[in-house]
Amino acid sequence: MNQTYALIMAFLSVVIVNNFVFTKFLGICPYLGVSGRLDMALGMGLAVTFVTTLSGVLTWLVSTYVLVPFHLEITQYLCYITIIAGAVQLVEMYIRKFFPVLYKSFGIFLPLISTNCVILGLCLFINIFWATNNLLETAVLSSGAGMGFALAICIMAAIRENLVMSDVPESFKGAPITLITAGLLTLAFMGFAGMIK
Amino acid sequence: MANEHSAADTQYFRAFTTGLWRENPTFRLLIGMCPVLAVTTAVKPALTMGLSVIFVLVCSNIVVSLIRNLVKPHLRIIMFTLAISTFVTIADLYLKAFQPQMSEALGPYVPLIIVNCLIIFRAEACASKSSLTISILDGISFGGGFTIALCILAAIRELLATGKIFDVSLMPSDYVPLLAMQMPVGAFVTLGLLVGLSNLLIKERTS
Repeated sequence: MNQTYALIMAFLSVVIVNNFVFTKFLGICPYLGVSGRLDMALGMGLAVTFVTTLSGVLTWLVSTYVLVPFHLEITQYLCYITIIAGAVQLVEMYIRKFFPVLYKSFGIFLPLISTNCVILGLCLFINIFWATNNLLETAVLSSGAGMGFALAICIMAAIRENLVMSDVPESFKGAPITLITAGLLTLAFMGFAGMIK
Repeated sequence: MANEHSAADTQYFRAFTTGLWRENPTFRLLIGMCPVLAVTTAVKPALTMGLSVIFVLVCSNIVVSLIRNLVKPHLRIIMFTLAISTFVTIADLYLKAFQPQMSEALGPYVPLIIVNCLIIFRAEACASKSSLTISILDGISFGGGFTIALCILAAIRELLATGKIFDVSLMPSDYVPLLAMQMPVGAFVTLGLLVGLSNLLIKERTS
C-alpha cells in the first residue's frame, strides 16, 4: 500500500510538478514546431509517451545488468542513443503499417522523435541523476515523463489554435509569441511547485 | 586565376558568416532550444555550454565530412549520431575532470548536446556534402552564433536577476532584483522578446 502511494506520488510529480517541458526545458523544439493542431499534438504526445516508456525501461535494464557489472559506464551515452534510435524505428514501422494516414501527417517529425530531448533527458535522469532502483519505478517515471510532455504539447496546441485569431504585432507572429505564451504557462505551472518534492 | 581565387574566398567567407547572424541558430532558425533556455541563468555556464557546443560541432563536422563518401544513405543519421555521442562523451569527461563545479551546475545538459538539433542539422545540411575546410568554418560559424546568442540571453537574465555580470555589480545600489528572470518564465519571455526584436531588425533592413 505504502509503495503504491509512493509510486502514484512519483507519477504525479513527474507529470505535473516537475514537468519536463515547463521546469527542465526538454523537448522545446517539437513543442514550438509541431504544436499547431490539437489532434496532431495528441498523436505526437502519445508516440513520445510510448517511446519514453520503452526506452526508459530498456536503458535501465541495459545500464543495470550490462554497463554497471562490466564497468562500461563510459559508453553509456552511446548505448542510450542507440537504444532510443532503435525504439523510434520500431514505432515508425508500426505507425507506417497500421496508421498510414497518421504517418503521412507526421512527415519529418516522426524520425525526429529520436532527437527529442525528452527521451534522452529521461534516460539520463533515470540512470544517472535520480538513479532509480527498481523496474516498476522506472516504468512509472518513464511513462509519466512522456505523459507530461503530451500534456504540455496539447495545452500549447489548444492555445495556438486560438492564437491564430488574435491580433499579434507583425514581427512577433509565430515563434516569439509562442515563446512568450509558453513563459506564461510555466508561470501557471509554478503554482504546483513544492506540492510534491 | 585571380577570379577563381576570390570566388573560393567568398565561399569560405560565406560559410564563416552564415551562422553568426543571417542564419543564427537561436534567433533565426530556432533550433537547439533546450540548452538555450536551461543554462542561461548566468553568463558563465552559458559560455561553458557554448564552447562545448563549438567543440562538438567542429569535431563532428570534421568526421562527417571525412566519411561522407563512405556511409550508406540510410545509415547516415545513426552514424552521425554515434560520432556526435563520442565527442560529447569526451567533452563531458573533460568538464567532469577539470571543471567539476561547472559540470555539476550544467547537469544533464552536457550529455543532452547529443540530441541538440543544431549539430545533426549542420552534419546533414552542410558537412555531409562539403569539403573539410568549409565544414570546419561552418562548425565555427554556427557554434559561434549559438554561443553569442546564449551569452546575450544569459547577460540580460543575469543582470536583471542579480544586478551583476561575472560578479561585477552593474546596477545602482538600490536596484531590486527581478527574481522571476532566473525562473523558467524569465527564460521563455526574454527569448520571445529577443526573437521578436531580431525579426523587427531583419524586416527594417529588407524594407
